[in-house]
Amino acid sequence: MPIPRTLFEKIWDSHTVRPQTEATPAVLYIDLHLIHEVTSPQAFTELRARGIAARRPSQTLATMDHSTPTTPRNNLGVIPVIDAQGAAQLAQLEQNCQDFGIPLFKLGSENQGIVHVIGPEQGLTQPGMTIVCGDSHTSTHGAFGALAFGIGTSEVAHVLATQCLLQSKPKTMEIRVDGQLGRGVTAKDIILAIIAKIGVGGGTGYVFEYTGEAIRALSMEQRMTICNMSIEGGARAGLIAPDETTIAYIKGRPRAPQGQAWDEAVAYWQSLPSDHGATYDATVVLNANELRPMITYGTNPGMGIPIDGRVPTVAQMPDASQRLGLEKSLKYMGLEQGQPLLGQKINMVFVGSCTNSRISDLREAAALIKGQQVAPGVRMMVVPGSQQVKRQAEAEGLHEIFRAAGAEWREAGCSACLAMNGDMVPSGEYCVSTSNRNFEGRQGPGSRTFLASPITAVASAINGVVADPREMLN
Amino acid sequence: MHPITTFSAQIVALPVENIDTDQIVPARYLKTTNKVGLGDAAFADWRWNSDGTPKPDFVLNRPDVQNAQILVAGNNFGCGSSREHAPWALTGAGFKAVISTFFGDIFRSNALKNGLLPIVVDEDTLYQLFSLFEEDPATVVTIDLPNQQLVLPGGQRVGFPLDPFAKHCLINGVDQMGFLLHEDSMIAAYEARHPARVQTV
Ligand code: SF4
Repeated sequence: MPIPRTLFEKIWDSHTVRPQTEATPAVLYIDLHLIHEVTSPQAFTELRARGIAARRPSQTLATMDHSTPTTPRNNLGVIPVIDAQGAAQLAQLEQNCQDFGIPLFKLGSENQGIVHVIGPEQGLTQPGMTIVCGDSHTSTHGAFGALAFGIGTSEVAHVLATQCLLQSKPKTMEIRVDGQLGRGVTAKDIILAIIAKIGVGGGTGYVFEYTGEAIRALSMEQRMTICNMSIEGGARAGLIAPDETTIAYIKGRPRAPQGQAWDEAVAYWQSLPSDHGATYDATVVLNANELRPMITYGTNPGMGIPIDGRVPTVAQMPDASQRLGLEKSLKYMGLEQGQPLLGQKINMVFVGSCTNSRISDLREAAALIKGQQVAPGVRMMVVPGSQQVKRQAEAEGLHEIFRAAGAEWREAGCSACLAMNGDMVPSGEYCVSTSNRNFEGRQGPGSRTFLASPITAVASAINGVVADPREMLN
Repeated sequence: MHPITTFSAQIVALPVENIDTDQIVPARYLKTTNKVGLGDAAFADWRWNSDGTPKPDFVLNRPDVQNAQILVAGNNFGCGSSREHAPWALTGAGFKAVISTFFGDIFRSNALKNGLLPIVVDEDTLYQLFSLFEEDPATVVTIDLPNQQLVLPGGQRVGFPLDPFAKHCLINGVDQMGFLLHEDSMIAAYEARHPARVQTV
């Protein structure tokens, strides 16, 4: 009898070029390398300095997303990049891709979009693969049962040059979500609840595998929302075993296998789920039946509460450093300990980012806002994750629903998720955001972020205050 | 990379938990296409007013810590993004080591590749360092890399973990890219056994 293995172990074993020893980490083969403008320039500089080529340009794909403007195009179809440094970075990426033979979805092309939205969209993200990108939310691709994680720029250079990385084997943590989600409770609420439970450092050193009835019931897009935020719990990667939902999603996509190769791939994918009897280094269990919509009140994604709950008090914190941490966060956020968040006045709503900018997110948001109005004084931005998502949404008329409600409909990109491109929350203002980080200054210097699901964001936009989406669903 | 063995330096304490990479270097500084000049971006939003003047109450702006090269930070330093700009900013600001109880995985990996030592200590030692700094901001500690020990002013030695490969690279100035390039024949053999799973072109 072979030793039962987890999904993670199967992927790790099949990508080991050289096993880990006491003296050296494993050499791990990388199937797909994704690149964007912000974390790659210095890696290409390194390759040039050493006079080496990219080893596998055909296993590499670049896009422009982080510093790209999302303002509407002019009548020539051109999106003006206002900021000279941002423009230089985009030009540099284009040059690098040309020099090293790497395909690029550049600004203005029909496939451009957020790096973690386009991989799955193209059918490039497949079960059993190893996928890396100089971006911590590469964990998103784990929704397909691929081992996907973020790397630094030195490692981007390593992968460009050798298609490999030096890696020490991480530990595994099973996160099992039993039960069924109630109405108005979404995948975003599951992951915010998980991080609130384990804390932002709780998964450090681990790869998560999400299991259980509530996870199996999710669509691929919802699974991506969950895996996306694995890094906010400290885990570099999060995995969900492939199943019929996964296979149906990939089938027919531009880069998916076809014909006989498809049948072989499916057979392989079906062999990947963790074996019966395989063990994890740790296990966390949640019950979906008990979950309510979640929202964050503080300055890291672990500072989340059920939407109808109250901000914790300093006295409730278990130790001195957490008391200090809470005080510091609440001061930054301009909130009082023990206060409810329902009814808290807001200034902005951002629907977008690699967490929640896919077509299903936009459909849910549009369905709730249809026939309603964004409250006076509130600015709502809707930023599709990719040009493909944008086209699909427009084909369904979702953009008209958003515009009629008084929201802005913009071009694809990261936008106000990290505020590198001019889209930002003004200092001191509150934003309900569907993105993944509420760090100090994340959405612009002085910005104050409440992380929540798309429907919570919409409910709040309509009410002009933090609002419970369950009260608007009939 | 220059080899690192043992060095002594002044510490500065930043007793804040979960300092994320957006605090270490805010996103607007990520538009650079090289690694230099990021020193002023380190902790920019805590360090500078919007008009560029220093915030006097932020510890790194104090005149008596300007030579500090070891940062002592609260639990879980460097969570968040994969930006290697974070260690570039810290080394640019003169730091050679950060001491905390644990580090974000990607930050730790990035730091090691840039000769910035992520030193893991237990909470008691961390609090001891915070008080040492509070009592005497000129406190100097020694980091003895070969023995994996932190030497406190009284001579007390505290061990710290470090993975053997990272240690080897730091002490001998080994560059990991060179190490990987050296594996070329094994990589080629792997590729011969495993056809590419996807094609992007
Ligand atoms: S949307 Fe936000 S989190 Fe996602 S890749 Fe872009 S900046 Fe990173």
